[in-house]
Amino acid sequence: MQAFLTYSIYGTALFLMLLGLYAVLMKKNLIKIVIGLSVADSGLHLLFVAVGYINGGTAPIFSPAVAGTGTVMTDPVPQALVLTAIVIGFGVTAVALALVVRLYRKHNTTNIDEIKNLKW
Amino acid sequence: MKNVIIISLLGVTAYYLLSAFVSIPFGEDFINGVKDFYLNKSPEDLKVANVVTSIVVNFRGFDTLGEVTVLFLASTALGSILYRRRSSHTALNPQRTAPQASTLVQAGAKVIFPFTVLLGAYVFIHGHLTPGGGFQGGAIIATGFLLMLISYRKFFVEHNVLTWIEALAGTSFVVIGLAGLVYADNHNFLENFLPAGELNDLLSGGIIGIIYIAVGFKVGAEITGILDTLLTIKEAGLDPEEN
Repeated sequence: MQAFLTYSIYGTALFLMLLGLYAVLMKKNLIKIVIGLSVADSGLHLLFVAVGYINGGTAPIFSPAVAGTGTVMTDPVPQALVLTAIVIGFGVTAVALALVVRLYRKHNTTNIDEIKNLKW
Repeated sequence: MKNVIIISLLGVTAYYLLSAFVSIPFGEDFINGVKDFYLNKSPEDLKVANVVTSIVVNFRGFDTLGEVTVLFLASTALGSILYRRRSSHTALNPQRTAPQASTLVQAGAKVIFPFTVLLGAYVFIHGHLTPGGGFQGGAIIATGFLLMLISYRKFFVEHNVLTWIEALAGTSFVVIGLAGLVYADNHNFLENFLPAGELNDLLSGGIIGIIYIAVGFKVGAEITGILDTLLTIKEAGLDPEEN
């Protein structure tokens, strides 16, 4: 059971990261490349949160029901870091989409093979 | 050929990453880090129920200031990348690419919109008590505006107002940080200088509430501005000053 959990959670995170990388490397459509970046981001976030999880732990919030009972709590540090990572990921996606819009305006296509100016 | 190279490259990466991560036991307390310090110090000294918020705003406040700056830079970069000199036609009559939504969607959006903004405000005001905070609340408010933007073709946000909200919120974040230099015990930037209050009280946690209200306004305004910029793009060819 424990081995299954380890493999499934870390495996899912790695699968998402590799899926995103595959989309970035293989897809021709610029929008799909941006989606790939975003998927790889989600995999990284899942990995971070999974590393900080502790069996039977609750969210690190001292609500009246939990305060003073000595309940096990998960590690709050990776969660705080993931919050930062999500915001940065949002900024990256927004700027990448803006660049896609700009390229579409110039070339009237989102297919990366038809944009020849980038080749030398 | 290219496919084979890329897939084998990804396969090798997957093998090494997985073999590294399988050695980390899932769900066990193996990080002998700063977890216990935060979990003890946050509710006892600072009286903040939500430890994640406490780390983000109190212990790593400077990092959060940088995070807000990154968001601001993203929205500025978006504006400059998509910049286009406005012809008189565009200025008077900006166009939305999305088609007109149906009457049902429009009526529903009008009902849901104020409650979405209210929920966002609740989330960032209670950031130190419940899951959530300034970034999450701001994102919820921006979804409310997104609903209105895609429902009504004539719904436009005032970018001047958004700029002022961003400027005021960012300035108040820095001013609170600078006030820590003067009034706090150890005279540090972004140090807590307000009374901590009682655990699980709305007015607890010192400066966290004020900072998260500022961050909520700033993030909400920035994401709304980004969405409006991306959605208000005219069709190519309509504008004589294209490119």
